[in-house]
Amino acid sequence: MTTATATDHHGIEPAESPLTPESWGKLGMWNFLAADAMTFGALLAGYGALRYGDPNWPVPSSILGIPLTAAMTFLLICSSMTMVESLTGIRQGNQAKCLRFLLLTILGGALFLGLQAYEWTHLLHAGQSVGRDNFGATFFVLTGFHGMHVFSGVVYLSVIAIRAALGKYSADNNNEVEIVGLYWHFVDLVWILVFTFVYLV
Amino acid sequence: MSAHSPEALVQEERRYFQIFIWLGILTVLEIGITYLDMSKMVIGAGLVMLAGSKAALVALYYMHLAQERPTLTWIALTPAVLCVFLIMMLLPDLGGITRLIAEAVGAAPASH
Repeated sequence: MTTATATDHHGIEPAESPLTPESWGKLGMWNFLAADAMTFGALLAGYGALRYGDPNWPVPSSILGIPLTAAMTFLLICSSMTMVESLTGIRQGNQAKCLRFLLLTILGGALFLGLQAYEWTHLLHAGQSVGRDNFGATFFVLTGFHGMHVFSGVVYLSVIAIRAALGKYSADNNNEVEIVGLYWHFVDLVWILVFTFVYLV
Repeated sequence: MSAHSPEALVQEERRYFQIFIWLGILTVLEIGITYLDMSKMVIGAGLVMLAGSKAALVALYYMHLAQERPTLTWIALTPAVLCVFLIMMLLPDLGGITRLIAEAVGAAPASH
């Protein structure tokens, strides 16, 4: 019997990790997120260094739409809430609740991407671009890299939602739902920092 | 009461909702603080503190770090520590420290 088969049958991965008592998958996701956080950290540090080194840096609120971005932030916070509700649902053995909240989380992510596309279109029409100046370069790279993560998250969540619809998860077997949740909350956490440093400060 | 008993799950669900409310309040505070008539330094420090609080709430409760073994918390903190180190190494190159000090004492920014 392979490890994957054993996981399907027993619900919890047969791990004896000193780091986490339940799941190698969770540990793997945390390691991935730590590496990913370093990339975001380097991008944010680069943004900060360029900004403080440039006396002509524009005031972000004069270019960027704060109310729209605040709505996008609230949307991601709501999607984090629906994600934890989904996990709670499956831990209660309620597959319908799990699927319903997974779909709401996907909807939140898709709406976020739609609003970001709207924001980018507006900025590009206003003459901003990645090659125009340091502000444009750092803004589009940072928000684009984050948007790519949101898109990946929506795809990842969709796969988990399909598996949830097929009845693959239960009160005893919900490790994959928790792991996709870790990824999605990380995307939310990074946006909290991007929103503050790029849009508000 | 085990970690995933029905009572614990109901309690956890209530906590998730409380965190959601706090995240909303902190976001409103963040936007509100930008409209205050204070120095950019003070507003910036306030925003960093509020963003840090929101990030900590998400990591501790939604990502369950508060319930995990400490080693996972160390893994999660490593990028933050490295990022602070990176910022400190970058600032002198761009005259950032001089500029920050000049702004703090109200002098004109250093020319580049």
